[in-house]
Amino acid sequence: MNNNYSLKTMMNRPERLAPGHRMCAGCGATIGVRAVLRGLHEGDRAVIGNATGCLEVSSYMYPYTAWEDSYIHNAFENAGATLSGVETAYKVLKRRGKLGEGEQFKFITFGGDGGTYDIGFQSLSGAMERGHDMVYVCYDNGAYMNTGIQRSSATPMYADTTTTPAGKVSAGKVQYRKDLSAIIAEHYVPYVAQTTFTRDFRDLHRKAETAIYTEGPAFLNIMTPCPRGWRYETSRIMEICRLAVETCYWPLFEVVEGKWILNYQPKNKLPIEDFLRPQGRFKHLFKPGNEELIGRFQEEVDKRWEDLLYRCSRT
Amino acid sequence: MNHTDKNCKTIQMTSREIRDRMSGNEAVAYAIRQIDPDVMPAFPITPSTEIPQMVSTYIANGEIGTEFIPVESEHSAMSAAIGAEAAGARTITATSSAGLALMWEELLLAASNRLPVVLALVNRTLSGPININCDHSDGMGARDTGWIQIYAENNQEAYDNYIQAFPIAEDPRVHLPVMICQDGFITSHAVENISLLEDDAVKRFVGQYEPEEFLLNPGRPVSVGPYAVSDYSMEAKKGQEDAMERAGSVILETAERFCRMSGRKYGFFEEYRMEDAEYVLLLMGSAAGTAKAAVDQLRQQGIRAGVLKLRVFRPFPAAELAEAIRRCGCRALAILDRCESYNGVGGPLGSEVTQALYRAKVYTETVNYIYGLAGRDFTVEHVFGIVDELRDVADGKVLPPDHKYIGLRS
Repeated sequence: MNNNYSLKTMMNRPERLAPGHRMCAGCGATIGVRAVLRGLHEGDRAVIGNATGCLEVSSYMYPYTAWEDSYIHNAFENAGATLSGVETAYKVLKRRGKLGEGEQFKFITFGGDGGTYDIGFQSLSGAMERGHDMVYVCYDNGAYMNTGIQRSSATPMYADTTTTPAGKVSAGKVQYRKDLSAIIAEHYVPYVAQTTFTRDFRDLHRKAETAIYTEGPAFLNIMTPCPRGWRYETSRIMEICRLAVETCYWPLFEVVEGKWILNYQPKNKLPIEDFLRPQGRFKHLFKPGNEELIGRFQEEVDKRWEDLLYRCSRT
Repeated sequence: MNHTDKNCKTIQMTSREIRDRMSGNEAVAYAIRQIDPDVMPAFPITPSTEIPQMVSTYIANGEIGTEFIPVESEHSAMSAAIGAEAAGARTITATSSAGLALMWEELLLAASNRLPVVLALVNRTLSGPININCDHSDGMGARDTGWIQIYAENNQEAYDNYIQAFPIAEDPRVHLPVMICQDGFITSHAVENISLLEDDAVKRFVGQYEPEEFLLNPGRPVSVGPYAVSDYSMEAKKGQEDAMERAGSVILETAERFCRMSGRKYGFFEEYRMEDAEYVLLLMGSAAGTAKAAVDQLRQQGIRAGVLKLRVFRPFPAAELAEAIRRCGCRALAILDRCESYNGVGGPLGSEVTQALYRAKVYTETVNYIYGLAGRDFTVEHVFGIVDELRDVADGKVLPPDHKYIGLRS
């Protein structure tokens, strides 16, 4: 894909998530899922897993399913464990001759940041450590959106959520976000990547294909903005993603067999305000007197960016 | 209930008898080796830990082709079991106590997704205080999760029940998960004589797992685990309930087929010296052995006592139980629970058995005893005391206590 990448070619691949599902207009998660599934080679079969969340309740509402491939939703906190069972079944059924020689299945599971960073963290860690041949995809929209925008450990600092509301004596969420991509990289799995939507989707498409066709466990962390939770104009999703990357809030990197690789370095790193300003969840930061908060946010972004540059500089 | 009328001993058995001695855990592991299932996710917890250990050893020595998944918790054990079974693999696990409690959410999902997973439950009390010994609070805590539950008195029954679990669970009329229960330490760790079956006979009996729909069915993708609105959810639950009702006859058919192979008879429950029993002890698990020994002594004294040992708790054989109590002319019934319900009036068997009697208009006196919690000993002397009390109740000398503890420290 690397040498002659074409967005048009990618977009012509068959859709594996059929239209008619009930996700919101402009939902980042849906865009992310469709892009990941384009990483599958035509003719390859897949079993898709899914943690409970917006994606699950909107894509498989009995008696209709939007999934062209086999699909399993089990519960909220166990997408990793569930798919590890499916993948193990594949291994043994294949070995025992119960599946045709040529039958190739790939295993991909989706979870939001709630199901991945928080309640499903243990199950994910276990599945990664055991080395199942699967891809865990986190669609990270930075809060529990399905239950109505409650904070998660992926929620950025100072975000106004329904469990960290900005108020007279509160500036929103107190803590900075957990760096889950790094934590999974520390499991020394063969492939970890962080991505989001870029203009030609090349970064996401390439990483999805790499993750799917890397033997062993792989983890993709995709920032998928949620217009309702982040409170921005729905049509501005690509701009929001660009600003997350250009401010180094959401750097694009991958960790291949333990080697950290930075995929994009902004020529002029933009101030974090540029990413925060278009989003209603940070509106309170722009009230007079709150300049210091933005400064603190900037310090944390800078510190983490430096850490990432250091990791990527090691050979 | 239709106890099989045929005397199995007269039918030529299809398996040679192999005499051995082993613990209940060993017996279950031995059955697993014979069945050679596809996938076993498990997490260790006393007193069931030996089962995954033994299976791992069989795998390490190339004796079976099962894939073992060393999950990081029991919740993940049942989650992976659901994934594997939905994918089309015959899947098992084993656990006890807190392990089963941690699986609870997933037990419901295994049942509602109609996945015939088989779980070996080695009964142990639930915390707290934390304690590793036997009672039935773990199994009883999962009694409304939609699983079939079959309890064993000894290692022989644990072995026999385990082998029967697969044809019951996988029967297209049933498609429900099965829990095969035995008493922690009392049977799981006690070495007793056992009569084993030949490997080939067990394999033939259990057969191949041939699911109708599964994730890894090439060219026939399927979605599992839907979100369903109120328009559809209630029918799904009724479908489960119907399957549980149908499971009753499948359990009896399977028992009959098992009898033809082994010569050993099973039903929903065992009636021991019940023909003319005026005083009956109704209970589950290893304590039935103690009760039978006590009843033998009481009979020698001319006291007409009997034991009704419940084997199948889910589906609950309400009508059959009531009929058995009616038939023997029972004057007073002791319902023994190895579990507290914390409802202020008794244990789970106490509730369900009295309901069954009332519905069948069998108005015998009943006393609900709570015994053996967290491994507290249960002895023949306790049984003598219970039968004494039943006689006084039946004679009208005392009012029946409705919720009485046995063997408490004074």
